[in-house]
Amino acid sequence: MKTSILQKSDSFYDIFTRKGGMQLQSTHYCPGCGHGILHKLIAQALSDFGIRDRTVLISPVGCSVFAYYYFDVGNIQSAHGRAPAVATGYKRANPDSIMISYQGDGDLAAIGANEILQAANRGEQMTVFFVNNAIYGMTGGQMAPTTLIGQKSTTTPRGRSSQNEGFPLRMSEIIATLEAPVYVERVMLTDAKNIARTRKAVRKALIIQVEKKGFSFVEVLSPCPTGWKMTPVNSKKWITDVLARYFEPGIKKDVSEDRQPLIQMRPQPHFNQYHELLDIKSLSDDLQGIPLPEIRPVSDDIKIAGFGGQGVLSLGYALANIAMGHGYQVSWLPSYGPEMRGGTANCSVKISDQRVASPLIDNPSVLIAMNKPSLKRFEPDVQPGGIILYDCGLINTKPDRTDVRILGLRATAEADKLGATKAANMIMLGAYVRMCGFLSEDYILKALPLIIKNKAFYTLNEKAFLRGMAMANGSI
Amino acid sequence: MAIRNHVIVLADECKGCGLCIDACPLNVLEFADALNSMGYRPARYKGEGCSACGSCFYTCPEPGAITVIRNVEGLEKGHCSHCGGEVLLFPDYRDPSRMRCIACHQLLKEKA
Repeated sequence: MKTSILQKSDSFYDIFTRKGGMQLQSTHYCPGCGHGILHKLIAQALSDFGIRDRTVLISPVGCSVFAYYYFDVGNIQSAHGRAPAVATGYKRANPDSIMISYQGDGDLAAIGANEILQAANRGEQMTVFFVNNAIYGMTGGQMAPTTLIGQKSTTTPRGRSSQNEGFPLRMSEIIATLEAPVYVERVMLTDAKNIARTRKAVRKALIIQVEKKGFSFVEVLSPCPTGWKMTPVNSKKWITDVLARYFEPGIKKDVSEDRQPLIQMRPQPHFNQYHELLDIKSLSDDLQGIPLPEIRPVSDDIKIAGFGGQGVLSLGYALANIAMGHGYQVSWLPSYGPEMRGGTANCSVKISDQRVASPLIDNPSVLIAMNKPSLKRFEPDVQPGGIILYDCGLINTKPDRTDVRILGLRATAEADKLGATKAANMIMLGAYVRMCGFLSEDYILKALPLIIKNKAFYTLNEKAFLRGMAMANGSI
Repeated sequence: MAIRNHVIVLADECKGCGLCIDACPLNVLEFADALNSMGYRPARYKGEGCSACGSCFYTCPEPGAITVIRNVEGLEKGHCSHCGGEVLLFPDYRDPSRMRCIACHQLLKEKA
C-alpha cells in the first residue's frame, strides 16, 4: 500500500479571507456544493503537475466568482461570460501560461454562449471547466439555459416548457461538433467513482494544454442543493437519476492522440519593439535638441468639458502629449457619448512629476469649461484655490465660486475671427499654458503640428495658441 | 498495532452536508453530537476502521475540512503546542521534517 496523505492542496491559500472573522478556513459555498469538489480536483492537479506558478484562473460571474480567494495562482475576474476572450488574449501574449476558464451555466451557456463557441472554434489553447447545475445558483434559483424540461425554478414556477423557454442546451455536444477542440467530456460529481472520473478528466484536460495541443472542455454536472431545494445526498441522486438522463456523461470528442503540439511559429517581439512595429513615434524623437524647462513639482488635475466637436478631447490629448514631452507623467481619459457631434464630452488630464496612480479626477484643480452645462456641472467640484477657465462668449452666466481663480475668455469668438471656431480649444490651451507656467512655448509651437496632424490647421492652431497666451496675459 | 491510516475532519471547516458519511464504504464516519462554531453539525471519525480509500476526501466540497492519512509511518503521538494536549501528529506535506497536529491541523512550532 502506497504511503500518502490526502489533504488540502498547496494550490489553495492557507487561509481564505473572503468571509473574514473566524471563518478563515472555509469557502463561501453552500453545504454540499459541487464547486468545492471541483476546486479540489483542479488544485490537486495543478500541484501534481507543477504548473501552479504559470497558471491563470479566470473566475466567472456566478457563485464561483470568488475563486480568486481560494486558488493560489494567477487570477483574473472577467466580465460576465467573457472569460474565453480574456483567456485568449492572455494566452496569446504569454504562450507558456496555463489558462483555466472556470465558468457556470449562466456564464458559459447564456450570456457567454457566443464567446465560448468562438474560442472553441478557434481552438484557443485553454482549458474550460463548465460547471452545469441546471440552475442560476447565485441569483437565487432562476432558470438557466441548461434547466431541464419540467424543472421548476423561480422564473419557471410551473416547470420549464419547451414551447415557452426552448430546450436545455447540451453545450458539450455542441462544442464536440466543432473541428478545433481536442477533448470534450461530460462528467458528474456524484459518488466516489464518478468523482474519480471527473478527476481523470480534469487532469487530462490540463495535460492537453501543457502539451500545447489545443482546446479542452470538461462539463461537470454539479449539485446545487440550495437551488434545487434538496439535501446534499439527495442532490447527488438527482444528478444520477434525472440530470444525467438528459446530459449524458461520457467523452464527446477526443483527438488528443492525433493532434500535434502547436508550436508558436513566429518569434514574439519584445515589448520595446512595439513602437517600431506599430509605427508609433514619440514626440521626443522628433523634437530633440529643444531646451526644456526643468521638471517642477506639479500635480495638475485638469477637467476639460464642452460639446462634442469643440475639440475638448483633442485639447486634452495635445496637453497630455506636450506635458509628456517635457518629461512629466501624464494620463488622458476621455469620456463622451455615442454622438460624434453635439453630445457632451469631457476628458480628464493629469500632469504630475510623480507617477499617476489613477486617471480619474473627482476634484479638478483646473476646469476648462467650453459650454454652460459643463460649467454648471463641474464648477462645484473644483478644488479651492484652483482655476476655472471658461468661454465667457458662449456662457452668459459667471461662475459663483469665490475661492478659485476665474478667467473668462471669448475663445470661440476669437477663434472665429482667426478663421475657424474649431480653434477655440487652442486658445484655451494657450491660456492654460500661460497660467500654469511650467510648459515651454517654443516646444509647444514645434510639437503642435506633430500632435494635431491635419495640415489645414497648422497655422491656425499656432495663431490661436499664441492668441490664447496673450489673452491670459492680462489676467495674471 | 501501530496506527497507519487515519481520517481527520476539522469540525470548524465542516458544513455538515453529510456527503462524506454517505460516501464512506466502511461506514466509519458519523455526525458529531455537538454543533461547530458556525452552527453546523460536523462529521467526525468514529475512531477506527478507516482504510484510507479517500472517498470522503474527494466527495467533501471543503478544501481543507478532511485529511486522510494513508499508511503513514511517521504517525506518532505527541504534544501539540497549539491545542496543548496529547494528540496524534502527522508529517507536513511541504516539509516532512515538521509535524502537524491531527486535531487542530496547525504546524507545530518546533521541528521534530
